Amino acid sequence: MSTPPASAPLVEMRNISKRFGGVHAVDDVSVDLYPGEVVGLLGHNGAGKSTLIKMLAGAYPADSGEIYISGEKVAIETPRDARRYGIETIYQTLALADNLDAPANLFLGRELRTSLGLLDDDAMEHEARAVLHRLNPNFKNIKDPVKNMSGGQRQSVAIARAILFNAKILIMDEPTAALGPQETAMVAELIKQLKKEGIGIFLISHDLHDVFDLSDRVSVMKNGRLVGTRDTSKVTKDEVLGMIILGKLPEEETPEELAELH
Amino acid sequence: MASHVEAKEVEPEAAAPTALRLGAVEQFSRLTGLDTRLLAMLGALVVIWVVLDFLSGGLFLTPRNLFNLAVQGSAVGIMATGMVLVIVARHIDLSVGSVLGFIGMSIAFLQVEVFPLGAAWNWPLTIVAGLALGALVGLWQGAWVAYGGVPAFVVTLGGLLIFRGGAFEITDGRTVAPLDPVYQLLGGGVDGSIGATPSWVLGLIAVAAVVFFSLKARTKRARYGFPIKPLWAEIAMICAWSALIIGFVIVMNAYTKPRSDIPRGIPVPVLILLAVVIVMTFVARFTTFGRYVFAMGGNPEAAALSGINVKRTTIMIFVVMGMLCAVAAVVTTARLNAGTNSMGTLAELNVIAAAVIGGTSLAGGLGTIPGAILGAVIMQSLDNGMVLLGVSSSLRSIVIGLVLICAVWFDVVYNRNRR
Ligand SMILES: Nc1ncnc2c1ncn2[C@@H]1O[C@H](COP(=O)(O)OP(=O)(O)OP(=O)(O)O)[C@@H](O)[C@H]1O
Ligand SMILES: [Mg+2]
Repeated sequence: MSTPPASAPLVEMRNISKRFGGVHAVDDVSVDLYPGEVVGLLGHNGAGKSTLIKMLAGAYPADSGEIYISGEKVAIETPRDARRYGIETIYQTLALADNLDAPANLFLGRELRTSLGLLDDDAMEHEARAVLHRLNPNFKNIKDPVKNMSGGQRQSVAIARAILFNAKILIMDEPTAALGPQETAMVAELIKQLKKEGIGIFLISHDLHDVFDLSDRVSVMKNGRLVGTRDTSKVTKDEVLGMIILGKLPEEETPEELAELH
Repeated sequence: MASHVEAKEVEPEAAAPTALRLGAVEQFSRLTGLDTRLLAMLGALVVIWVVLDFLSGGLFLTPRNLFNLAVQGSAVGIMATGMVLVIVARHIDLSVGSVLGFIGMSIAFLQVEVFPLGAAWNWPLTIVAGLALGALVGLWQGAWVAYGGVPAFVVTLGGLLIFRGGAFEITDGRTVAPLDPVYQLLGGGVDGSIGATPSWVLGLIAVAAVVFFSLKARTKRARYGFPIKPLWAEIAMICAWSALIIGFVIVMNAYTKPRSDIPRGIPVPVLILLAVVIVMTFVARFTTFGRYVFAMGGNPEAAALSGINVKRTTIMIFVVMGMLCAVAAVVTTARLNAGTNSMGTLAELNVIAAAVIGGTSLAGGLGTIPGAILGAVIMQSLDNGMVLLGVSSSLRSIVIGLVLICAVWFDVVYNRNRR
């Protein structure tokens, strides 16, 4: 079995289920996350990864199950609730308002205001420039509507939004899907640095190598159910591939089955 | 809002190489921050004015006609500022004409048949009541949209019938008149203008404000070390605005009262419109509410995931729209010096057309309030010009209908070409 660190879990999702009409998108799944830890969430398309973390992000409520933050049971019903617990999310769809510029998107829902309570666009632009330059030094057209930006720039905006507000818990749903190799490396660096700061990260990715490099543990889902969770250091990539494709734990996988994966 | 078409930034480092590749118009639009689409509409307005003036034998571009055009268009302009927010948020409001009629009748009825005639507080209180009624109407329609999940198209189509019927029911169709003489000034009749000197004072204050705020914004950006547009572009914009303001004052002062040389100056309803434009531009660009409206229009899901209370914002949009209908109702009843149950009939078409012609995209997320005013001026010019030319009302409505379709078609084509 996996051996999580000794301190209290930062996040614990217990027996979470979610249905969409007839589809059991998430079925009785339990995962947890410790401070300074990266947990990779793996699974095929439609396995239920996004649905699971969206319930942690407050995008929609769970049908059943419980969520604990630092050992305390919490009710996360809206994105605002999630943000209050220090949960920041990079959505797979990025969730950007295409018609607004980067600063407006970064601060959407928690705008900086002047003493009169009005939008302080200059202050927001100032901070936006700082954080975006850190992620991507070539970022120039900050004041363009994000619909005029490249996929990589848009993704940078979504990442910047998540790290701007001192998150304790970071959810990254395919954060590098639209990024080039250089920017992907930058995000990997970022993850390592955030980890050092004690932030817990759920990392969803289809790139098994990335996940292996960055994660302390991997949780694998298939058809809405949790196949299992393992320490990254104690499994091979093939065994994890077997979990993803066969839906079986490493000890249940036969060498023949594993051989067939290739 | 800094993030929309009005306020595109020029990045000096990027401007130099791209300038060579951009066309002259686009280059101009980049440097001045004026949308190409808005520039096209300005060009269209100039063409319309010149053609109408030519066809009418010089009757169109006279102080008298421009004064009347401004007064006639103010109610539509007032409502168009709200329609921008409604459409930006991906909704529509088909009921504004009926709501104007309903609230106008309520105001007239209260003023003439309920409150004591001649009491100094009578007409101010009827305005307050009208605004409250407008807010309630907005609350009602907004709640159906936000919480009932009924599309705004249907809710406000119902509202179009409900409030037109309501306007009739208040007095069983009877016209209510006359209204308070002071109240009538709000409609811009013979005495409903502020005179020459106050017009000049206001005009100069406006010019000073343009200079002050342009330079203030510029120094603030410079202090942050942000890229700023070239000084000549800034000065050109200030000059253009100042010329517009001063030209407007000159024209309004050139129209005199009957059988005298006394200049009329800026009409009160136009002042009300200008105040509404300033407040609404401010709301759209500098408040979180305004930002949320645009965010919802750009990506409703992203807005919700950002913790924006989409339902509450939706209701607020309709409340603002309802209150603007009330303001338009005040101007309309004061001008007619009566409440009639047919006031505002078909106004929704002019209001929607004004917003769309002014660059508000029916796909949501895009639009400006000054643009909508430009749209309202274009619509009113067409209408007014055709009256001058003796075009029949049936033919006028055919033209307005065609203009509406063409404006939306232009929006569709324009958006397709941008992708
Ligand atoms: N809003 C929704 N309405 C209906 N069905 C949904 C909704 N969201 C997800 N589903 C369904 O739930 C299941 C799980 O989807 P989910 O997006 O969580 O998968 P995923 O693991 O994130 O996949 P991917 O790797 O493609 O992102 C799928 O069958 C999907 O079709
Ligand atoms: Mg997903």
